[in-house]
Amino acid sequence: MMLYSLTLAEAAEGLKSKKFSSSELTEAVLARIKEVNPGLNAYITVTEDLAKESAKMADEKLAKGEVASPLFGIPAGLKDIFNTKGVRTTCCSNIIRDFVPPYDATVVEKLKNSGLVLTGKLNMDEFACGASTEHSCFGVTANPWDKERVSGGSSGGSAAAVAADMSFYSLGTDTGGSIRQPASLCGCVGLKVTYGRVSRSGVTAMASSWDTVGPFAKTVRDAAIVLNVIAGADKRDSTTPPVAVPDYTKNLGESVKGLKIGVPKEYFGEGIDPEVSSAVRAAIKEYEKMGAVVKEVSLPYTKYALAVYYIAMPAELSANLARFDGIRFGSGPKGKTENLVDYYFATRSEGFGDEIKRRIMIGTYVLSAGYYDAYYRKAQKVRTLIIEDFKKAFKDVDVLATPVSPFPAFKIGEKKDDPLAMYLADILTIPVSCAGVPAISIPCGFAGSGESGAKKLPIGMQLIGPQFSEDLLLKTAAAYEQATEWHKLKPAL
Amino acid sequence: MLNTDQVAHIAKLARLGLKGDEGEKFSRQLSDILGHMEMLNEVDTDKVEPTSQVTGLINVTREDKEERFCQKEELLACTSLPIEKEQIRVKPVITQ
Repeated sequence: MMLYSLTLAEAAEGLKSKKFSSSELTEAVLARIKEVNPGLNAYITVTEDLAKESAKMADEKLAKGEVASPLFGIPAGLKDIFNTKGVRTTCCSNIIRDFVPPYDATVVEKLKNSGLVLTGKLNMDEFACGASTEHSCFGVTANPWDKERVSGGSSGGSAAAVAADMSFYSLGTDTGGSIRQPASLCGCVGLKVTYGRVSRSGVTAMASSWDTVGPFAKTVRDAAIVLNVIAGADKRDSTTPPVAVPDYTKNLGESVKGLKIGVPKEYFGEGIDPEVSSAVRAAIKEYEKMGAVVKEVSLPYTKYALAVYYIAMPAELSANLARFDGIRFGSGPKGKTENLVDYYFATRSEGFGDEIKRRIMIGTYVLSAGYYDAYYRKAQKVRTLIIEDFKKAFKDVDVLATPVSPFPAFKIGEKKDDPLAMYLADILTIPVSCAGVPAISIPCGFAGSGESGAKKLPIGMQLIGPQFSEDLLLKTAAAYEQATEWHKLKPAL
Repeated sequence: MLNTDQVAHIAKLARLGLKGDEGEKFSRQLSDILGHMEMLNEVDTDKVEPTSQVTGLINVTREDKEERFCQKEELLACTSLPIEKEQIRVKPVITQ
């Protein structure tokens, strides 16, 4: 067993019992990055010197026994949307390609206080807009299971880094599916938290009423360990309510006997790959074997969620990206301009990729005079109906079980120039985001194992709970994980 | 649904310059996307309140107290632009 292939919990245990040092763990991960990252492009910045230095300092503290956090001395990379003081943070956009933040995001600060060894920054779709990382100015992140396919997005770099053992855990952001979908496509665990559970201060905003921050991990327990550190109210983010943070590892291993699991029929309909739905249905059967009660439910407004999202999100995005004008943010256009307006035009035309331009234009359009009521306000009203759907469902059942992505990882280039086809990749994750409820993606099987010569591609199951039910979701996910072996399978790299 | 003139107008409002055949390409793609959104019209929302905040927080306030967030040196250390007299020299915006 190589050091880099340990889980976070195993690595923490090894550090505690002095089987190896943080420096040894870090060297192992840095060597792994050198070995497999050139073929995957998950890391776009590797902070080798900083990592070695942090590991050395962590070892000094570990030797003195001054360490309380299980994250202490553990190497990890973070999505390039989190401000890291003194380390380039680009959002994978040319417009801020050389931006170095003067402060850490709250979550980065929390991780550093818990002993983070930062190994670098991870690839993503530009400003978190996409489902494949093909919209990154640094190029696509390949899927560790099949390099001709995408790793998902927008947090594709984080998912691929964890799946390929280049990071013991990672952080991503999930606005419409950007943690769950890449976790599903790469075969790791991804948790989208309740809106406001984790601070977004120092995280570049995409759509402010939707954005969340959450962990990627190799196991459910590892995700719970990370959530323990990053969750909670933050005075720098007024959208984090003062809801108590439980110990998310406490209920792991408990039985799911008697748990009521709802299966929403709308999530298994047309457009869902049969291999995906049968893998998820088999996983639900597994829960029945463990004593859970399974029940079909209906969330009739599901089909409208995509339309709600692609009105409300671009509206908020276009407002949030207005500050990238070459004066407040961004270093301006390459050539000379004659006046201020030209300077703005040149900066933004050169700096933003096509997907960002499309979304800014949609956002500008739906917010413009005469269209606000027809589009933006209408979308906000239908959002209310989608929230009601979930509230009604959770009166009957404890959690919902669905697929994450309608299909396994798709080919690089397949959807890049067809925006609507790309948007449909998030059709099963967006409704959850509409309601601001938490959901976890866990590995539940593989597609392609029947075809000869085809590479096996991971399939993910999505467990959805009411707001602030992360502890229940983690417990439910852990029960399935313990009963199955999917999470132990690794891509051949 | 959105012709090239409308796309050009929206792009101008959003401070985006369009090059070559971009107007035509975006007109096609944005029309596709907005076409999909039309399905919302079939939903009766007459008595439905809009949602802009999902956890029910309203008017979150804090004490109006000044806090020094970053030191001048920390800010200067982050820029790739030249520093003169403890100030960042920005590019000239107007070059007439």
